[in-house]
Amino acid sequence: MSRTNESSPLPGSLSVNPTLDQWVRLAPEGSVTVSPGKVDIGQGISTALAQIAADELDVSLARIVMKPADTMNGPNEEMTSSSLSIEHSGIAIRYACAEIRGTLLHKAAERLGVSAERLTVDDGVISQTGGQRKLTYWELVEPGMFHRAATAQFQPKSPDEFRLIGTDVPRLDIPAKVTGRPSYVHDMVLPGMLHARVVRPPSYEARLVSIDDEAAVRAMPGMVELVRDGSFLAVVCVKEEQAMRAARALRNRAKWDDRTALPEQAAVYEHLKTLPQQVHVVHEKGDGAPKTPAAQTLKASFTKPYIAHASIGPSCAVAVWNDGKPTIWSHTQGIFPLRVDLSKVLRLPEPEITVIHSEGAGCYGHNGADDAALDAALVARTVPGKPVKLQWSREDEFQWEPFGPAMSVELTAALDGAGSIVDWTHELWSNTQSTRPGRQPEGTWLMAGWHLADPLPKPPPRMIPLASGGGSDRNAVPLYDLPNAKVIHHFITEMPVRVSALRSLGAFANVFAIETFMDELAEAAGVDPVEFRLRHMKDKRARAVIEAAADRAGWKGRPTGDGTTGMGIGFAQYKNKQSYCAVVAEISLEADLRVTRCVAAVESGLAINPDGIINQTEGGVIQAVSWTLKEAVPFDRSGVRCMTWDDYPILRFDEVPEVEVVLIDRPDQKSLGAGEAAQGPTGAAIANALAQAIGVRVRDLPLSRDQIAKALV
Amino acid sequence: MTDKTLTLAVNGSNHTVQCDPDTPLLYILRNELSLKGARYGCGQGQCGACTVIVDGKPVQSCNVPVADFTGKSITTIEGLGTIDAPHPLQQAFIDEQAAQCGYCVTGIVMSAKALLDVNPKPTRSEITAALRDNLCRCGTHARIIRAVERAAVAMSSR
Repeated sequence: MSRTNESSPLPGSLSVNPTLDQWVRLAPEGSVTVSPGKVDIGQGISTALAQIAADELDVSLARIVMKPADTMNGPNEEMTSSSLSIEHSGIAIRYACAEIRGTLLHKAAERLGVSAERLTVDDGVISQTGGQRKLTYWELVEPGMFHRAATAQFQPKSPDEFRLIGTDVPRLDIPAKVTGRPSYVHDMVLPGMLHARVVRPPSYEARLVSIDDEAAVRAMPGMVELVRDGSFLAVVCVKEEQAMRAARALRNRAKWDDRTALPEQAAVYEHLKTLPQQVHVVHEKGDGAPKTPAAQTLKASFTKPYIAHASIGPSCAVAVWNDGKPTIWSHTQGIFPLRVDLSKVLRLPEPEITVIHSEGAGCYGHNGADDAALDAALVARTVPGKPVKLQWSREDEFQWEPFGPAMSVELTAALDGAGSIVDWTHELWSNTQSTRPGRQPEGTWLMAGWHLADPLPKPPPRMIPLASGGGSDRNAVPLYDLPNAKVIHHFITEMPVRVSALRSLGAFANVFAIETFMDELAEAAGVDPVEFRLRHMKDKRARAVIEAAADRAGWKGRPTGDGTTGMGIGFAQYKNKQSYCAVVAEISLEADLRVTRCVAAVESGLAINPDGIINQTEGGVIQAVSWTLKEAVPFDRSGVRCMTWDDYPILRFDEVPEVEVVLIDRPDQKSLGAGEAAQGPTGAAIANALAQAIGVRVRDLPLSRDQIAKALV
Repeated sequence: MTDKTLTLAVNGSNHTVQCDPDTPLLYILRNELSLKGARYGCGQGQCGACTVIVDGKPVQSCNVPVADFTGKSITTIEGLGTIDAPHPLQQAFIDEQAAQCGYCVTGIVMSAKALLDVNPKPTRSEITAALRDNLCRCGTHARIIRAVERAAVAMSSR
């Protein structure tokens, strides 16, 4: 057993949740219960964390029980976001399990009268090589033994000792999901459970004036309660279909005073630039004066619209109040942060509120989950002792979810006579990329909180510091080796459209802009786009993914643009510190732009579950193809005009490209988050392929038939 | 409308339910028969998360009244296989790890089942055409297509 430096802080989330049995318990008999604070949102994190626990403890995977996160006992790991679960939770579980294993080995050594070095562990059974006596973890463990702070003095295993880490362990949850077993909060049933629906205002600034014959709604079949608090309206019924009918009737009878005044969608980027904003120079390198004279200077502008999370399952929550205290089951990404805001709106101390994670459909960021949790708590409060399931409709989700914000980017760069970039300026305009609950001292971002008769205000928006990965400026700092670079972030504080975190935050727009601009510069310099990138990139790991994607895609033999087909590349290291990813896209321009093939090369340090990373990367590529080709939230002056899948088409099965993923494993490097690496590179690769095909740049997303036609004029 | 007593043939057995006949089938399956595998996604027959098979055809159950289904044979995902004994199609999805969040996957398996029942050796474009009305947001399409191809091979060699 080697010992690490005693004065260093505990690794990962152990630093704020040091108690070992918050993470791992050797119970029930013969099994190991692991309780991460990070949650499954469709990415399969539970399986990867189970692999880590099983390896570090030397037990079989079958013994591991993954417990859903809750606010009663589990560690507080804040949000499951930013692709940090492996880096925060994974490392905590590694060290916690190593310490539990090491402690039990010492105890076994004392009992057996041998040195711990002579003992081995096989599936939780400790024995001496060649010896007869055996002791199991469960014989050795005593109550409260690990109810103490971790010391991190037990070194986790080295890569050559792994059994499960680094292998394609099948996802633990997939068999239940493909056989239709109850798997989501939507499927929860509690004894005597009632069903609720909310009736939202027709638009952001609408306030309830009156309800025409409320008594008629109250008299509908199955009605248990009609909840009316300011402009917050909901119905609670015995059966779900009764709640749906009652909600429809209530919606038809509600009169609203609507003062919503959104900008014109066609002019939204110009409008956003006129709103109150803070200007931050978030990055500055060099003296601003290129040492070699610029032979040519290029400038280009890019835009990205509001994009919806568009989860397939609209948000849902279950709540019950007993003795004045609520318990809420939610598919939130952060049970503790959600509880902070619930505490404010419900005016209850946090410890009196219990939030338990229960899976939902994939969220891809901050969708309606947290809002639905508050809705359920508010509604269940009116029927104490009775559990209530509150289900948002598709229309609720599309109209009220906080969208990924619209962004504008302007890039300027200078090339010297040798075709090297000597100066670079990146200027961007956006609202905040996060209005998640939990962080703001006053007010709430939970929507129902604004609509109550005694409302809470919206907090001032917060800029995510670049040091924590950044928000709108995520990936705005070029990773390329440039002598001069400057990044200016216009943080727009007024938000006409409700916005929050969408997978990859600002990285999608920034990488789209940087990587298409790199192609424009390459063309100006007369250099192949892959070669041009490599000339400006020293980082070997970055070069490796660029080369791997280009090789696999057959870049060297790529045809010249013939007006209908093209091949393009895009690259980024997510947040400039997580996974490296390069994507090569091939397109075909028919009536609409089609992406026919994508090859992604990804590197995430030590791969805990290689197939998990490949699955996330394939998904990231395909989702980004959809964003790039099709997606923009429609709105007009009177409000968001997005209700159904007709209003917001996404990529369908017959439009999906072939996808290949090359995974570069680096067991000697620390594991890096991999869930959001592919988005930006994919968008840029498609735009670059289109430009190769038609010889014209389309810099405004989505790359729809209209935008392409506009660029061709 | 007042409640009526209806008889539904689901997964090979008859079930009697007391309900408003206008209620979409999905809610009867999920809440009265405790079959949670068909899922609510849009309520407008646009996303396919609620797909079941009725008399051999894939049907989106979220916006069609239950009364339309009496006298018909309804198969839900629970009628295919179980965790311990999955249907070859479900086994193929497990083998290909063809799910991320999995919310859409039961509807997709049902659409694929309806396809393979009438076309045991579909081409790739026949598969993507059959799944066109099923939306997946995680981007698992490539794996799902491979899973259906794998299932076709497994089922035709049985």
